[in-house]
Amino acid sequence: MVSQMVSRLWGWFDARMPSVAQEWRKHASGYYAPKNFNFWYFFGALSMLVLVIQIVSGIFLTMNYKPDAALAFGSVEYIMRDVPGGWLIRYIHSTGASAFFLVVYLHMFRAMLYGSHRQPRELVWIFGVLIYLTLMGEAFFGYLLPWGQMSYWGAQVIVNLFGTIPFIGPDLAILIRGDYVVGDATLNRFFALHVIALPLVLLGLVAAHILALHDVGSNNPDGIEIKKHKGPDGHPLDGVPFHPYYTVKDTVGAVVFLAIFCFVLFFIPEMGGYFLEHNNFIPADPLKTPEHIAPVWYFTPYYSILRAVPPLFNSQFPGVAAMGIATMILFLLPWLDRSPVKSIRYRGPYYKWALGIFVAVFLLLGYLGVKPTTVWGQFGFDAFFLDTKDIATWVARVCTVLYFAFFILMPWYTAIDKVKPVPERTT
Amino acid sequence: MKKLFAIVLFAPLTLLAAETGARLDSSPHHATDLVSLQSGARTFVNYCLGCHGVQYVRYSGLKEIGLTEAQIRDNLMFTADKVGEPMKSTISAKDGKRWFGVPPPDLSVIARSRGADWLYTYLRTFYRDPKAASGWNNTVFPNVGMPHALWTLQGERTYDAKEHKWSEVTKGTQTPSEYDATVRDLVNFLVYVAEPSATSRKNIGIVVLFVLGILFILTYLLKLNYWKDVK
Repeated sequence: MVSQMVSRLWGWFDARMPSVAQEWRKHASGYYAPKNFNFWYFFGALSMLVLVIQIVSGIFLTMNYKPDAALAFGSVEYIMRDVPGGWLIRYIHSTGASAFFLVVYLHMFRAMLYGSHRQPRELVWIFGVLIYLTLMGEAFFGYLLPWGQMSYWGAQVIVNLFGTIPFIGPDLAILIRGDYVVGDATLNRFFALHVIALPLVLLGLVAAHILALHDVGSNNPDGIEIKKHKGPDGHPLDGVPFHPYYTVKDTVGAVVFLAIFCFVLFFIPEMGGYFLEHNNFIPADPLKTPEHIAPVWYFTPYYSILRAVPPLFNSQFPGVAAMGIATMILFLLPWLDRSPVKSIRYRGPYYKWALGIFVAVFLLLGYLGVKPTTVWGQFGFDAFFLDTKDIATWVARVCTVLYFAFFILMPWYTAIDKVKPVPERTT
Repeated sequence: MKKLFAIVLFAPLTLLAAETGARLDSSPHHATDLVSLQSGARTFVNYCLGCHGVQYVRYSGLKEIGLTEAQIRDNLMFTADKVGEPMKSTISAKDGKRWFGVPPPDLSVIARSRGADWLYTYLRTFYRDPKAASGWNNTVFPNVGMPHALWTLQGERTYDAKEHKWSEVTKGTQTPSEYDATVRDLVNFLVYVAEPSATSRKNIGIVVLFVLGILFILTYLLKLNYWKDVK
């Protein structure tokens, strides 16, 4: 009886708007994905899950938060104490911010492992890098909102980075801040950018990312095209419909992810000062510079690069430029890679070593970025070329060179690398 | 390079008392010990609230640590009329700045910025210093603007920084172990007010993880069932 009614209702709907069923077939029940996805293939779906978590928790935060320099800090504490369930919403959002970067970094690493950025998926990769850059902006704008010391001084540092750009810098910095120092005007515009402008951009880019992917089809851990071998029904032999196969599989991944997410959220929401920094529980004070300003962990590899590059003619611009190029160079990845194979499974030792060193360097830069440059002490000797004796700064410099070398030397080492034969079908 | 970096980025703004990395004692407080929390609330209201507010906490919130509204009204409310009012200090920021050099900070989330161990050590390491404006100094927060508010309990002591030696000048009303317990309770209270939901957060977390555990089994079986025909 009920099922009859539902099917009649659906029939009525489908007759008037058949594109819903069409799109569902195109992107879910009729989209054939390789059947050999492994662990690394969970993070795309998980990124979408975190995006939804952030948007929903963000809506509820917006209901109680006050974007006003005099009220912002107190309104966050009001959410934490007086709003029913407010602490839960706030921790979901703060944990979600870090979780977002974690899953996105793992998702990007997956592409580097299996060559998912390679031809014909360059556009998928480009949209992905745009998502990553937008996410960085979103995180930066959002981090000012609690209006704690780290919010304030972090924003001050980053906006001042734009101020180092030759000629237009100082005016650009004032344009971003809306004032000569970070203040109420800055908080208001960052709020607007955080809650509506960048989320809209993000949603648009995610749609483009997925549409571009579904046009060319998914890569897989073997880095081969499943469309080359189709069955009599016209479907790839090594593919399965995304729904129900990957919807049920990704659900398992989502539950495991949520378990880890909830463990952090309910038991260690500050993550030892890495997700919620200790200094950010001190209200913003324009007259009191914290001794050590460190961005949140997901920005620290680039912050390390910024600090590592020495100034030129008293300008910090070279460091700022290096940091910018370090993110922008990701766009070129599909063209820098000259290997005849895509997947790491069939690549030779050069790429494996390069990728391993790159990951180690990225993590080390990230670690150094949260620490003061004096963390490893100083060299015990002096030399004319030592502009600083901080050991950590020199390590960061070596890492910065290696970071860029990974990309710049890629056309060379991937071309001469000894590759293994690639199978015809997935393994 | 680092110096230049700082100058370029934070040109006009450099003011912070240099703090040394003194060794901290680990705070022995128990977040679920209601007697300790109530004792800490009493100490806080009697010795701290005069200068330091906890403005994000309402008096009525203290019902969470096992007090009745009548108990709160009779024993803890000296400067407020209604239990729904926030626990504000009695002095203005302007007066505070004139008297101590800096306005005494609000302590609502001090345990989250400083940490319990820092507070526990800080409140036990004041010493007499004739050179300091208030007559007091502190080993974990050198040249602090705050005088030793609990000195009648702990007594006066001096500290020899070179020898790391403490010496008693006058006795307090509490023995050293009683004083440590007082500070422990006070720190416990400060940790509580910094995040009143901390205990219920963990309790809810256990239930949530249990439910997700069951959900994992169900979804995993579902996945196995769907995938059994995929070779």
